[in-house]
Order: sequence, then C-alpha cells, then structure tokens
Amino acid sequence: MTSPAVEVRDLHYKFGETTAVDGVDLTVAPGEIFGLLGPNGAGKTTTIRAITALLPVPAGVIEVFGLDVAKRRMAVRRLIGYVPQQLSADGSLSGVENVSLFARLFDVPRGQRKAKVSESLEMMGLTEAAGRLAKTYSGGMIRRLELAQALVSSPQLLILDEPTIGLDPIARGSVWERIAAVRAETGMTVLLTTHYMEEAEQSCDRVGLMHRGLLGKLGTPRELIDELGRPEATLEDVFRAYSGGSLDEEQKGLRDVRATRRTAGRLG
Amino acid sequence: MSVPLAAPLAGSVDVDRRMSPRLVLSRVVALCIVEIQKLSHDRSELITRAVQPALWLVIFGTTFTKLHVIPTGGVPYLDFLAPGVLAQSVLFVSIFYGIQIIWERDAGVLAKLMVTPTPRAALVTGKAFAAGVRGLAQAVVVYAIAELLGVRFTVNPLRLLGVVVVVLLGAAFFCCLSVTIAGLVLSRDRMMGIGQAIMMPLFFASNALYPVELMPGWLQVINHFNPLSYQVEALRGLLIGTPARLPLDFGVLILATVVGIAAASGLLARLAR
Ligand SMILES: Nc1ncnc2c1ncn2[C@@H]1O[C@H](COP(=O)(O)OP(=O)(O)O)[C@@H](O)[C@H]1O
Ligand SMILES: [Mg+2]
Repeated sequence: MTSPAVEVRDLHYKFGETTAVDGVDLTVAPGEIFGLLGPNGAGKTTTIRAITALLPVPAGVIEVFGLDVAKRRMAVRRLIGYVPQQLSADGSLSGVENVSLFARLFDVPRGQRKAKVSESLEMMGLTEAAGRLAKTYSGGMIRRLELAQALVSSPQLLILDEPTIGLDPIARGSVWERIAAVRAETGMTVLLTTHYMEEAEQSCDRVGLMHRGLLGKLGTPRELIDELGRPEATLEDVFRAYSGGSLDEEQKGLRDVRATRRTAGRLG
Repeated sequence: MSVPLAAPLAGSVDVDRRMSPRLVLSRVVALCIVEIQKLSHDRSELITRAVQPALWLVIFGTTFTKLHVIPTGGVPYLDFLAPGVLAQSVLFVSIFYGIQIIWERDAGVLAKLMVTPTPRAALVTGKAFAAGVRGLAQAVVVYAIAELLGVRFTVNPLRLLGVVVVVLLGAAFFCCLSVTIAGLVLSRDRMMGIGQAIMMPLFFASNALYPVELMPGWLQVINHFNPLSYQVEALRGLLIGTPARLPLDFGVLILATVVGIAAASGLLARLAR
C-alpha cells in the first residue's frame, strides 16, 4: 500500500485569538494536482505552512508520503518544493544564481548541479534570461524562476501558494501551462492554493473548498458542479452555494494583492 | 532478532535533527557563495560603505594624531585608531543583517529557506559567515585606506590570517546579535531604530577610539562585557603589534559567536511564524 502524498487529520491552528484553521481533514493522492480553494483569509496559507512544518503542529496530524511532519521534519523537506505566496526570488542575484542556491541547499550532487539548474530554468522557459539579475524580470518571470528554484531538487511534492496572484492574465496562463507540463513530465504531486476559482476548475484534478478555517467540499471540479444540479454552473457558483454568499473578504484580497505588488515592485 | 521494528525509525528521527558538521559546512558555503555573488553584482556598495571609515580615519584620526591628547603608548594615534575603525565598519555591516532578515521574512524568502533541509542553526551559521564575507570585503577596503594614510599594518601572513579569523568571528557575532534582536522585535522599523541605538553605545563603550585606561570606571566595567573590545584588542595586536591577550580575545569571540548562533536560531522559528 502506498502512502498518500499528503494526509492531514483534524488540523487546528490559532494565531493568538484568531482561529486560522479549524479542523481540516485532507488527503492528496500521489500524482494529482490538488487545489485548496477559498477567499483570502480562509486559512489556505496556514494549512500549507503547517504541511511544510513552518508552523508547529503536534505529531500524528500531518503526514507527507507517510512521514510524520512533526517528527521527520528534515526528511519531509527533502521531498518538498515550496513556492510561497509572495514573489520571493532574490532580485540582487541572477536567475542561475537563484536556482543554484537551492540546488546547494538541497544537496544536489556537485556533478549534477549545473545540468539540473539549467534543466529547471529551461523547463520554465528562462534559459535566455538566466544570466540577468532577477530584479529585471517581470512578475510572471519571477514566478517561473521560483518554480525553477523549487524544481531543481526534483521534489516529489510541489507546494504552490497562490502561484498566479498579482500576475496579468497572460503571465497566469503561462504559469499554469508550466505547472501542467512539469506534472506531465515528472508525475510530481502538486498541492496548490488559489482564490481564482476559474483557474482551479481548469487546472486541478481535485479541489477542496475552504472557508473560515474549514474545508467543506472535496472532489473533482466536475463532481462538485454536478452536485449542485445546474450543468452550466461554475466552481465559483459551487463556492457561493457552499459558503452561503459571495467570495467575501474582498478587502483582504486587495490587501494581499497589494502586498504582492509591493514585493514585485521591490524586485524591479 | 528481538530488536523491535520501531527502533530504526526512532533512530532516524535523531538523524533528522542532528546537525552533522558536513551539512553545516555545506550550508555555510552555499550562503557565502550567494554573498560573494551579490557583492560582485553591486560593488558600489563597498565604496559607499567605505566613506564612513575613511572619514573617521582622515578627520578624527589625523586631527587627534596632531593633537597628541590621547596617550597610546608610543603608537601614532592614527595607527591606534585604524584597527578600531576596521572593527567598527565590520560591526556596521553585520548589524544590517537583522534588518535584512526581517525584510526576508516579509518577502517570503526566509520561509523558503526554512523549508529546505537546513536546520535552523545551520541557516543562522550560514548567514553569520555570509556577514563575515561582507565584513572581510569591508576590512580589505579599510586596510587599503589606512595604508594610504600611512598606517603601517603588518604584512606577516600568519598575523593576517589571524585578522581574517577575528573579522569573521566579529561579523558572525554581531550578525547573530542583530538577528536575535530581530527575532524579538519582529518589525523592520523598530529594528532600524534599535540597530542605530545599539551600534553607537557598542562603539563608544569600547576601546576602538581610546585606550581602556582613559575610560571612567563604570565604562571600564561595561567594556569588559563588550565583545567589540576584544575584537579591537586582537586586531590591534595582530595589525600593529600592541599588547593583546590573544587567547582570551579569541576565546571570547568564539564563545560569543556560539552563544549568538544559539540565541538567533532559537528565535528564528518565531520569525518564520
Ligand atoms: N502570522 C499571522 N499572525 C496572525 N494572524 C494570522 C497570521 N497569518 C494568518 N493569520 C490569520 O489567519 C487567518 C487565515 O489566514 P491565511 O491562512 O493566510 O488565509 P489565506 O491564505 O486563505 O488567505 C486570517 O484571518 C489571517 O488574518
Ligand atoms: Mg494565503
């Protein structure tokens, strides 16, 4: 029996008085693209950060490929490639240097390092720009650079937090294309979050709808739409029906996007 | 035969947590390489950061050398001052790392680094020695300025090697000190203020500008706990041959660095939360 890529059992997390995650159960099968969906403030990032062991979680709650995150932190991290919500490439380093750093931090053997670095950059369509400082990149290029950083260690699980937030539609399309290509090529498991329902509907094998710290509905986009009983419905309609209203907390969404833009501005 | 199945698993938990020297070394190398790459992309920073030590040496140094008001035991005041200014400029470079780590946390860079298979202490050690790399670059610049002004530093390779070690340790300690403070205050603005507020007292309550004997008693007591003074004493001893308690100086710097790394790693999780 193979273990699931990710198994979360009744995850709770509080920041002081704020309950960010309030009892999430989740299983991600190996090889699938799983989307954690929900408006800003739903608890998606917190869930992701618990899975990567950035936030302290008791033993027995989260397993990655059968390894308990609380006990086998380093072993788990060797299996994960992680791209946080903010645009976090280092603007004062070139594309190659950004990716090489992560090759070193993941102990990619010296003999393979160069090849792996250029392979990752190539997969993300950044071969030409590889020698330039990342601060000269566009937002979409920075996102792809970050994907290259995450892929250089050939992770089994790719974790992407809002991979397309703050990008223009063309850049978004290109990021999704690359994600799909990587999965097709490597069979890697992808766990991502997004609050763009439309993108998730197109790109995810399975989704979980998250709202106020709870993971309500789980299934393929098709299943969830069928369940609603309106064939022309979209995932967004499903979400509205589930959360009993609109994609609320728009204010917060704006704030998130602004923060991301600021990071993009800082980078160049 | 009777070994329970769980045993190897339990054992490997320890393997995860244990920091092998090789792993630490590899992370230190990785983060130092990045620092060298950054320096090579932006050399202007080396120049801008050279302005302040140059001013100290040219204005303060040459003036007080002429005035002869600070008794330095037969050594020209400029020679006496130069190692102090060198230590100061390394201190300024390192204190910046606390601000940088808060910036890295806000930008998600820290989270990304922490999700690599790098134990916190290895990450902090890597950052500390990256600060050392920058400190060394700075030290070379100050060394050159001082030589231009006529200070005769040692050219003995063994002593210069000692200088390299002292600069690395000093930078590593002050980097960890500032990362520790960053872990406590968690905000860039507050960190900026505190950075300024601790740098000056560290500098003035040290032997960088004047001999310890000239200090009032209470300041001498504080001076005993100021790692910068041990750093300056060692640099002065190595570079211009003034009396120094080198084993004590190195001992204090090594101990301070180890404590600094431990404290900063302890607070790193707080920064990542
Ligand atoms: N570091 C933090 N400190 C305090 N509260 C936080 C922190 N991170 C997130 N929260 C709060 O937890 C809730 C969930 O946030 P988050 O997981 O970031 O949501 P999402 O990623 O779905 O937008 C929000 O109410 C948010 O304000
Ligand atoms: Mg989020």
